[in-house]
Amino acid sequence: MAEVYRLRADPEHTAPAVPLAEYQPGGTAVWLEAGDDARLLVPHLGALRRIDIAFPKFREGRGYSSARILREAGFTGEIRAVGVLYVDQLMFLTRAGFDAVLPETPIDPAVAEQTLKRFPFVYMKATDAVQPVWELRERA
Amino acid sequence: MYRYDEYDQAVVDARVAEFRDQVERRLKNEISEEAFKPLRLMNGLYLQLHAYMLRVAIPYGTVDSRQMRMLAHIARRYDRGYGHFTTRQNIQYNWMKLEEMPDLLADLASVEMHAFQTSGNCIRNISSDQFAAAAADEIADPRPYAELLRQWSTLHPEFSFLPRKFKIAVTGSTIDRAAIKLHDIGLELVQNEAGEIGLKVLVGGGMGRTPMLGHVIREYLPVADYLSYMEAILRVYNRHGRRDNIYKARIKILVNDLGPAEFARQVEEEWALVKPLGLDPPPSELARIAAHFAPPVLDANAPVEIDLSNPDFANWVAVNTHPHKAPGYTIVTISLKAPGEIPGDASADQMDIIADLAQRYAGDEIRVTHAQNLVLPHVRRADLFDLWQVLVSAGLATANLDRASDIISCPGLDYCTLANARSIPIAQKLAVKLAPQEADLGELKIKVSGCINGCGHHHAGHIGILGVDRKGEENYQLLLGGSGAEDATLAKILGPGFDENGIVTAVEKVIDRYKTLRADPAERFLDTYRRVGAEPFKEAVYG
Repeated sequence: MAEVYRLRADPEHTAPAVPLAEYQPGGTAVWLEAGDDARLLVPHLGALRRIDIAFPKFREGRGYSSARILREAGFTGEIRAVGVLYVDQLMFLTRAGFDAVLPETPIDPAVAEQTLKRFPFVYMKATDAVQPVWELRERA
Repeated sequence: MYRYDEYDQAVVDARVAEFRDQVERRLKNEISEEAFKPLRLMNGLYLQLHAYMLRVAIPYGTVDSRQMRMLAHIARRYDRGYGHFTTRQNIQYNWMKLEEMPDLLADLASVEMHAFQTSGNCIRNISSDQFAAAAADEIADPRPYAELLRQWSTLHPEFSFLPRKFKIAVTGSTIDRAAIKLHDIGLELVQNEAGEIGLKVLVGGGMGRTPMLGHVIREYLPVADYLSYMEAILRVYNRHGRRDNIYKARIKILVNDLGPAEFARQVEEEWALVKPLGLDPPPSELARIAAHFAPPVLDANAPVEIDLSNPDFANWVAVNTHPHKAPGYTIVTISLKAPGEIPGDASADQMDIIADLAQRYAGDEIRVTHAQNLVLPHVRRADLFDLWQVLVSAGLATANLDRASDIISCPGLDYCTLANARSIPIAQKLAVKLAPQEADLGELKIKVSGCINGCGHHHAGHIGILGVDRKGEENYQLLLGGSGAEDATLAKILGPGFDENGIVTAVEKVIDRYKTLRADPAERFLDTYRRVGAEPFKEAVYG
């Protein structure tokens, strides 16, 4: 594994993430497999500081729903994508609610910055604060 | 027609810049082919048997003359002078060079076109009724709803890595020309008792290896909420669709495993959670889009009666035109199925001619049909003869719409890496054989696929042909009784398969038997088959 690419300013919460099945109430870091039900964590979001979500394959897409569900439920801690991920997926990841990525191959921060600036507008609401074009059109 | 505003253009321009950067990184070997593959696929670029193939999106199958001329330019500049219109109302180019792709995408972007999501496990091009806004039988133009879906699904952060590809079709008519029962989601515009337009929602249809018809999960969905409802469907699918087996990953398998009622319950439960999040744009956004689709100004005094004394012309009018909403107008289908030619292919010169005709006679609009033909939607009947003469000189006046030689065919083993057998030569042979008697046969839809993935829609064919590999030899199965229309059914295999010549003979035997069985000359093959069943045909072919 390469280094974690983080988009948060707060200090990294380094507690080891425990698998969902072993998670005890009060635990601050948990690990979700791709197929785990993120909604099971909703009662514990106040205690949690970091949620790691596994991407065992590039094709794996369930984690995007998991992250979005957690943000929709009000989670403000770190959601970290871990696994087979590339810089070109950063926009999807960040808009779905991830704010840290631990990829198998390292992400060049310069390329990442460029990638995240690539699309000036988006068409749909997601978990970030970016206004979709229909809101911009409405305002104009 | 929808026109991009500054936002739409900026997104498409950014995509070109992104892909230019990705191609550069690939050509410099900074990224491996393995890592590059999903990136190029998201831009519709496949690696085929002989070269790269690019699939360009034609949202809901609508282009104007300027865009058609660009498609012709691309065929000349980047391909070998041809383009291939597909069963998803898109166009494919078969001889692409990777290093030229960024310039090609920039050319497309200059006329408000792109190749977004024409491949990959994401929401694909939204398809629709090719007669939208022209057909006498529709309640409303489905394309504004399709355009809003296009925008909503473009680079969707949650639904770009689905278990499998995802296809949505929208129609505004009870006469189904968009095959909505054979899509992952099919949407039909309907009216409630108050006369308000809403959407009937079907889920879980599809062809391919496990063909299924979609199920209605909601009879009436208010328009104001339809995007959040789509979010709910897609989220249930993204979370629970199978990812362990590529052949069981489409939503139809999930709907079938859960049962439509349980699937619908899960969607409603999810919808209750996402609806309050404000994901639906205000009605003004749909109204803004709909304003782009205002119908062309039509001549209220356009004459209805026209001179049909030329028998070839009269025949073409009878076969290739449909009733238009406005008297004095008609809908013209330009067949890309001249017998012996490749179904769906058009040369760059033909595309330019069609662009000219659209501009001159058809409100500057052209539609691509899922049967791989082109449509001029708003033509004055009084202009038909002039238009037809131009088509004749361009080799585009084949009068065979929905007849035996109007065959849908996938590219098959001539191009496609997935194919097990050639399909184009089968379609060509059948078309040449059947064309002389097709007027007598009436409506007969023949569809040919070169592998079980079914891009040639063989399961929806009145007569379907499926090419398979049998011990290293091309083998063709014969299916009968399918329909992709409002009376949708799935075709069934008749019996053991045939070689290339055998399948042509078998189809001829089926047709000969039909001629002796039909109740009257007007009874379609499909209706005869439904009435008498498979047995007489089995006997004719294998007996």
